[in-house]
Amino acid sequence: MASESTTDLPAEVQSWIGQARYEEKTGFPIEMGYVLTTMSATQNGNPLYWDEKVAKELTGGWITPPTMVSVWFRPHDWSPGRTEPAVPLQLHFDLKAKLGLPEAVMSDNTIVFGEPIRPGDVLTTTQILYSVSPLKTTKLGTGRFWDFGVRVVNQRGELCAEERYTGFGYNRN
Amino acid sequence: MAANRMLGDMKEGLELLVLEKAVKPVTVVLGAMASRDWRPQHHDYKFATGNNGLDDIIMNTPNLAAWFERYLTDWTGPKGRLGRIKFRMKDSVYPGDTMRFAGKVTKVERAAKSTGWVEVKIELTAGTKQCVSCEARIAVPETADANPWKLKGDDWKP
Repeated sequence: MASESTTDLPAEVQSWIGQARYEEKTGFPIEMGYVLTTMSATQNGNPLYWDEKVAKELTGGWITPPTMVSVWFRPHDWSPGRTEPAVPLQLHFDLKAKLGLPEAVMSDNTIVFGEPIRPGDVLTTTQILYSVSPLKTTKLGTGRFWDFGVRVVNQRGELCAEERYTGFGYNRN
Repeated sequence: MAANRMLGDMKEGLELLVLEKAVKPVTVVLGAMASRDWRPQHHDYKFATGNNGLDDIIMNTPNLAAWFERYLTDWTGPKGRLGRIKFRMKDSVYPGDTMRFAGKVTKVERAAKSTGWVEVKIELTAGTKQCVSCEARIAVPETADANPWKLKGDDWKP
C-alpha cells in the first residue's frame, strides 16, 4: 500500500526508513499456557498442541503455533515502575505520534515462518520502517499508510519469523 | 481433527470444507486476551464505538491469524506446517456476526524430503461483509513417513 515513500515527511521520520530499531527481548518465558488459551479461543483441537506424545513424535517436543509469534513480544499492560502502558509495535505508535495521526488500523499483514518457537526460547525482535505514503483519504479519514516489518530470532540467532504490516494512521473525517 | 492429508490428495481448484463460527463478545475478548492484545477496541464497547467509530468491539488481527491457522490445520492434519500467511483486513468482525471461512487450493508443488507446498486462498466473510482475504502457503507430507516439521535450512522455503 505504501510501496513508495513520500518526501513530505518530518526529517526524523524520514531517517527511520530502513533502520532496524527497537531491539528487544521477550519479557517473559515462552510457555504453553498461552498456547492452550489460544487453542481454546479458536476452538482448535490440533493434537500437536494438546498431546505431548504427538508433539514429541512430530516436532521433538512442544512447540507453539506459528501464528502466535506476535504474542510473545506483546508487553504486559502494566508492570512495576512504569507510568505509561507499554505498547507493542512501538514504531507504529511513534509514527502516529510524530505524524499527528491519532487513529490507526492495520490493513495488511504477512508473516513468513522459520524455526518453530518452543517453550523456554528467548526471542529478540527488531522493527524496521520500509515506507510511508503521501496523505490519502479513505472512508475512515485522512492519513498515511506505512509499511513496516518485525524480525524475530531465537537465542541461537535462528530466524523464527518475519512479519510485515501495513498500517493506516488517520484523523477522522 | 482430520488425519494427515497427503500432497497427492491436493490439486489446484480443490475447495476446503467451509467453517462457520458464531461470534460472541467472549469470542472477541478471549481471542484478544489470548493474544495479549489489551487495546480497548477489543473489549470496551464505549471506546470502540465512541473513539474509533466502530459498530461494536472487533476481533483483533493476531487472533484472526490464529483462526486462519486453525482452519488450515483442521484440513491438513498436524503435519501441516504453515510457511507463510498474508491477510488483508477489509471489514471488521463483530459480536453477532457468523464468521465463514471458505478456502480453495491455488497451487500445489513438490518440495524437499518427500514433502510439498500447497497454496490456499481463503475468504473470511460475515453475512454480506467481505471481512478478510488470506493467502497461505503450507507444507504437507507427500509420503506417510515424511514430516514437514523436520525441514530446515535450504530445505525450508516458505
